[in-house]
Amino acid sequence: MQMPDDTVLPTPGFAERCRWFLRGASNVASVPGLILCTAHIGFADLAQQAGITMAQAVFMVGIIWALPGMVVFVGAVLSGVGLLATAFAVALSSVRLTPMVVSLVPELRGSRTRKLTLYLLAHFIAITSWVIAMETIRGMPREVRTSYYFGLGSILVVTNMIVVAIVFAVAAALPPVVAAGLFLLTPMYFLTSLWGSAREQASHIAMVLGLVLGPLIHMFAPAFDLLGAGLIGGGLAFAAHLIKDRSA
Amino acid sequence: MTLGSIDAWWWPYLFIVLAGWAMTYPWRALGVYLGGRIREDSEILVLVRAIATALVAAVIGNLVCLPSGPAAETTLALRVFSAAMGFAAYFFIARKVLIGIVVAEAIFGLGFYFGY
Repeated sequence: MQMPDDTVLPTPGFAERCRWFLRGASNVASVPGLILCTAHIGFADLAQQAGITMAQAVFMVGIIWALPGMVVFVGAVLSGVGLLATAFAVALSSVRLTPMVVSLVPELRGSRTRKLTLYLLAHFIAITSWVIAMETIRGMPREVRTSYYFGLGSILVVTNMIVVAIVFAVAAALPPVVAAGLFLLTPMYFLTSLWGSAREQASHIAMVLGLVLGPLIHMFAPAFDLLGAGLIGGGLAFAAHLIKDRSA
Repeated sequence: MTLGSIDAWWWPYLFIVLAGWAMTYPWRALGVYLGGRIREDSEILVLVRAIATALVAAVIGNLVCLPSGPAAETTLALRVFSAAMGFAAYFFIARKVLIGIVVAEAIFGLGFYFGY
């Protein structure tokens, strides 16, 4: 298939790339960016309780960069389990990253994007920047999308490393009303933006199924809640998509 | 071997690299490898997007149904009702993320105040 945006564009220059990097970086100061910061405030609070030091927590944010995985990690440390059990739990909670990266990469790469660039950018792919990118990236010239995403992803990571360091420096536990109110921000943001960024009806069906299946599977097999909900919910939604296509 | 079992400054960092980074980054790398082989208009991407969406939705469902910290003291009914009303406001009033958040937080705050 001929992709009109793939063909004639010249390679963007350094100044052009910097402009798109800054545009991505400026998207960190947005509602989703602020919500991710509040989620990291909650994480820093939890890490403090687990006896993790400031430097270790900041290191975790920079190198793991997947909040559910980090929360699972701290939970494992809190319950005193060993390296292998911790690693297994983190690995299971992070399988979800693969389908997210798979669906973003074809939209992220330009005609001359190097593999190495994509492998480096993949480190920044987590829920928030994935949702922002799925919403915005289609309206951008193909050759500068990697620069935009590099700005968005890297500044998001650095900002939240600073947020976690600040929470440790302040070293005060949050008042219960505030902590309880903060908890609802993350699910409400994901709920609304996930609905808004869905490409097709299959994703809407998958979303409703995932919402119910996640907690349901958690009651029977907590280690496989995300994976099970993803495969069953996503699979059923895709089946509905195929049936609809055929009858149309 | 736990995070505190070797008394050396570098051990917790090695532990984080082994149990954290080495368990997350390979899933991302696998995504780049597989994503590089799939065309943007491919039907398989509908399936992959559906799985990714259901996974994130499961994270949302777990956050609402099984929260940690002070939010765990509130009732499941209050949390689900607040989230559902927030989403309804987003869906029926205006497709703005902020509307959903403000409505959900207002209902949740009231419920928390009255001890639900």
